[in-house]
Amino acid sequence: MIYEKPRFLPGGDRALFVEFGDTIDPELNRRVKQLMLTIQGAELPELVEMVPTYRSLLVYYDPHLTSPEELRAKLKILTEKSEAGEFPNPKVTEIPTAYGGEYGCDLEFVAEYNGLSPEEIIRFHAGKAYLIYMLGFIPGFAYLGGVSPRIATPRLPTPRAKILAGSVGIAGNQTGIYPAESPGGWRVIGRTPIELFNPEKEPPALLQMGNYVKFVQITAEEFKQIRKEVVQGTYCIKETPFLRKNDDGSI
Amino acid sequence: MMEVFEVVQPGSLTTIQDMGRHGYQQYGVPVSGAMDSYALMVANLLVGNDEGAACLEITVLGPRLRILGDTVVAVTGADLSPALNNSPLPMWETVKVCSGDTISFGHPKRGCRGYLAVAGGIDVAEVLGSRSTYVKSCLGGLDGRPLRSGDRLCSGEPRAGISARKLPSQYIPEYQGENELRVILGPQDDYFTRKGIQTFLHSEYRISVQADRMGYRLEGPPIEHKAGADIVSDGIPLGAVQVPGDGLPIILLADRQTTGGYAKIATVSTIDLPKLAQAKPGDRVRFIQITEEEAYQLLQEYDRGIDALKQYIKCNDKDLRPSSKDR
Repeated sequence: MIYEKPRFLPGGDRALFVEFGDTIDPELNRRVKQLMLTIQGAELPELVEMVPTYRSLLVYYDPHLTSPEELRAKLKILTEKSEAGEFPNPKVTEIPTAYGGEYGCDLEFVAEYNGLSPEEIIRFHAGKAYLIYMLGFIPGFAYLGGVSPRIATPRLPTPRAKILAGSVGIAGNQTGIYPAESPGGWRVIGRTPIELFNPEKEPPALLQMGNYVKFVQITAEEFKQIRKEVVQGTYCIKETPFLRKNDDGSI
Repeated sequence: MMEVFEVVQPGSLTTIQDMGRHGYQQYGVPVSGAMDSYALMVANLLVGNDEGAACLEITVLGPRLRILGDTVVAVTGADLSPALNNSPLPMWETVKVCSGDTISFGHPKRGCRGYLAVAGGIDVAEVLGSRSTYVKSCLGGLDGRPLRSGDRLCSGEPRAGISARKLPSQYIPEYQGENELRVILGPQDDYFTRKGIQTFLHSEYRISVQADRMGYRLEGPPIEHKAGADIVSDGIPLGAVQVPGDGLPIILLADRQTTGGYAKIATVSTIDLPKLAQAKPGDRVRFIQITEEEAYQLLQEYDRGIDALKQYIKCNDKDLRPSSKDR
């Protein structure tokens, strides 16, 4: 649920949580994002950094510059301000994805498990906008919401030792992209040639919470071409403004 | 920039660390940085560096380093039997070293993380504003990994006129096998029964063998949840004590993930984290509840102590240049 009033909870002596609720809910997540933008705009000298998540904003502060009590009072005011504020529309980042075959070794399984054809799985997965609820787990990894229950598939019983960077997977009713090579138990249905995390870029992560991603099917040929451009640094990420047409995030 | 060390043997886990990578947790990048920030700060102050310059963090079994150029170093933190050319190297003070010397470490005596600072700081490229090594994602430090034999490390430009500095004994921490950690309850203390909170605050826990830079798993009486350990994921502050379904607490430290889905009963106060960083598997901890306000006051007091320490170091400098101290 979304609380009637946000809760201000201690995270030790250098951090405070502003918690808006305890569920996974796009509206709740939007409030977290709005508060983050409002605090960024306020340019508080005591602010160290913020960690926005599904349902709360963790605010790290410098205790040399404020007491927790003072900060709470400020955050209360900013929280009220953020609810009334105007904010820019989120954007949708296109993730070109090659599905199946060498790029998505579990596509056949996911299809069979759900009683659909591989093409139908792709149709359900690609072309719709998924909300980025937060980043975490490993650098650049986005927690996405809005997967069709028609393609939900349990994780592998034993995780694989190595999943390649860019792999697009399904785990239960979640979908995600591995930003770096990693062990993992997700069902890999495709792979993107674009970079999700690069510490030499600012910001280092391609995706940011509160925005959306849309998977766009590409061929193996296109995968190789885009990969080449990504390596050369000439690839241009496609982004469009998010238009609130449907509540379920589809556009 | 000059070459200062060649790694002859790397030790069990020697990494480059500073005060951590701040500002990127929102992208899922852990903070990392020195586990014992106090020992790192003191090591830096002793050799005339900024307090957050990059040092070597040495874990339990230390490295063997050949000195490649005349410079000044300081070793602080755990007593891992440091030696200069096989004679004991004094800790918590500046030590002159010359090209061709060897610094080595022996039997770990007290604590488990030593810090070696060099005048000018260890010079590696900053990644996202920090030189700290985060091994799991190959970020920072030297190619994002622990030191290896054959690595050569450079230092930055030392401050002019580095002095002979020695830390007064009252500032040298004593590392003990038993630690009282002050904690602030929350953010999810309401996920635990009264009995669970009582267990947490009145039991002794032992640090398990699963204790690394990411966190310390503890062993002891399980802490009772009201209705399960899972929460909708949120951020994880430094020192957060999360309690998964088995009821056994985990204290999350420098290399912790930025977010997590287990209820967090409390957070260890900042000033108690350095001693926790020196605790080893088998050592014992107890949790003492304090309020957020008390923690704030303790932190102010601690900072006044640090200011006094900095003042003392400044006022008691002895010129190091005349190399009368025969080696």
